[in-house]
Amino acid sequence: MGAPVSALEVVLRAVVTLLAFLVLPLVVGQTEHKVMAHMQGRLGPMYAGGFHGWAQLVADGVKFVQKEDITPSRADRWVFRLAPGVALVPYLVAICVIPLGPGLVAADVDAGALFVLAAAGVGILGTLMAGWASANKYSLLGSMRSAAQLLSYELPMVLSVASVALAAGTLSLGGIVEQWNPWWLLWQLPGAICFFTAALAELQRPPFDMPVADSEIVFGAYTEYTGLRFAFFLLAEYAGIVVMSFFFTVLFLGGWRGPFDDAVGWVWTLLKALLVAVVIIWFRVSWPRLREDQLQRLAWVWLVPLALVQLALTGAGVVVFQ
Amino acid sequence: MTEHEHRRRLTGGILPGLVKGLATTARTLARPSHTAEYPDTQPSLPPRSRGVIALTEENCTSCMLCARECPDWCIYIDSHKETIPATTEGGRDRQRNVLDRFAIDFSLCMYCGICIEVCPFDALHWSPEFEYAETDIRDLLHEKDRLGQWMQTVPPPPALDPASAEPAEIAAANKPPRAVREPPALREPPAAGPPAVRTEEGDGA
Repeated sequence: MGAPVSALEVVLRAVVTLLAFLVLPLVVGQTEHKVMAHMQGRLGPMYAGGFHGWAQLVADGVKFVQKEDITPSRADRWVFRLAPGVALVPYLVAICVIPLGPGLVAADVDAGALFVLAAAGVGILGTLMAGWASANKYSLLGSMRSAAQLLSYELPMVLSVASVALAAGTLSLGGIVEQWNPWWLLWQLPGAICFFTAALAELQRPPFDMPVADSEIVFGAYTEYTGLRFAFFLLAEYAGIVVMSFFFTVLFLGGWRGPFDDAVGWVWTLLKALLVAVVIIWFRVSWPRLREDQLQRLAWVWLVPLALVQLALTGAGVVVFQ
Repeated sequence: MTEHEHRRRLTGGILPGLVKGLATTARTLARPSHTAEYPDTQPSLPPRSRGVIALTEENCTSCMLCARECPDWCIYIDSHKETIPATTEGGRDRQRNVLDRFAIDFSLCMYCGICIEVCPFDALHWSPEFEYAETDIRDLLHEKDRLGQWMQTVPPPPALDPASAEPAEIAAANKPPRAVREPPALREPPAAGPPAVRTEEGDGA
C-alpha cells in the first residue's frame, strides 16, 4: 500500500467489499437459476419478488435461516460447526485483493496472484473438515474426493498462474492487468484453458462435481448439514465462482482493459467476470460428470503437461521479446 | 472393431461431443420456452380430459350398474320406489325409482371411467374440470348436487372424423320409412289360375 489510509477509509472499503461479497454470489446464483432453466427449456423461478423471481435466493436464505440447526450426535462438534466458516471466509479474503479498476481495489497486495491462490486453497479445508467431522461415511468419501481433486488440480492452476506472472513480470494483480496486451489472448491460451479447467475442478462444479455426486455419495461432505450452515456452503460455492471468475478475468482477459477504461474500467471487469461465470454455468448444464479416475487422468495426463508447455512458451516469449 | 471404437466412430470422439453439448444448450437458450404458467394461464385441455365425473341426475334410473362396476367401490347410491297413480280410469299404478343420494368419493376414484362407459342412460360424463383439491381428504366425497354442477363444464362431444360412418341416431332418422307391406293378394290379382300351380306343388310335396 502506498499512502497511509484513514480509519474511515478502511471501514468503508471493508463494508463495500463485504457488500460485494454478499451480493455478487447471489447475482451469479440467480443467473445460474435463469440461464440453466432456459438452457433446459424451462423458465426458472418466476414468482419470488414479482419480476422474474429476482428474490428467489433471498427467499431461500430466509428459509435456510428458519430451519433447525442440527449437529449429529457422533459428530466432532466444534470442527463440524466451524467448517462452513472455514469454507466461506477464504473467498472473502481473496476477493479483497482483486482489482476492479485502476487503483480500485479493497487491499492492494504486492503478490496478489499468490495471495488469491493461497486463500482459495484454504477454502477446500472447510470441505475436508466438514467431511471428517460429520461421522458419516458418505461425507468422508466426499471430502476425500475433494482432497484428491485439490491435490491434482492445484498444480496445473499454479503453473498457469505462474505463466501469466512470468509474462507480466509481476505477481501484483494490478500490475498484470497493466502489462496485459490483447496478444496475450493467443499467447496465454493454453494456460487459460488449463486454468479454467482447474478452477472448475477446484470449485467442484460440474463436470468435476464428484465430491458432491448425489447419485453416488448423497451430497458428499455437506450431507449432514442443515439450515444456515448448509447455506454457507452453498454461498461459498457461489462466492468461489465469483472469485475464480474475477481471477480469470484479471489474469487472462485483461481485467479493466477496454474502450474508455479510464472512466468505466470497473464495468469492463464486471462484464468480463460475469461472462466467465456464465460460461461456468454453461459447462455445468451441458456436460455430464466425469468419473473419479477420469478426473485424475485429465489432470495428470493432460493439464499438467499443457501447463508446463505453456510455461515454456511463456518463458521463450519473454526471452525473445522483452 | 471393438465397442469403444464403434462408439467413437458414431459420436466422433470426445471433443466434438463436448462442442455438440454446448451447442445444444445454447440453441435451447435462444429459443423461447413453452412453459404455460398454470395459475396465471389456464391450460387448454383436450375435450376427452378425465378431470372429474359429472352427473345428470334426471337421466339416472338408480340401476346401480355404475356402483357395481366401479373397481374402487367409490360410488354411493341410495334410492327408493315411488308409486305413480294410474292416469286413466281403471289403469294400473306404475312404480319408478327415485334417486335419493348419488355420491362419488374422489379420494378413492382412480379415474378409470368404467362408470361412464357402463351407464346405459348417459347420466355420467367426463368433465375436464380439475380444480377441486381439498385440504382434507374426507372433503373429496361429493354428493349429487356438486356432481350436477359439473355438468356445465362438460364439453360437447367432439365432431366425427370426415370419413366416418354417420352416428346411429342420424342413420336411423335418415333411413327411408319401411314400406307398408301389401298383402300378396293385392299385388298379384288372381287372373290366370295360380291355384292350379299350388295344387301341383302341394301334390308333389
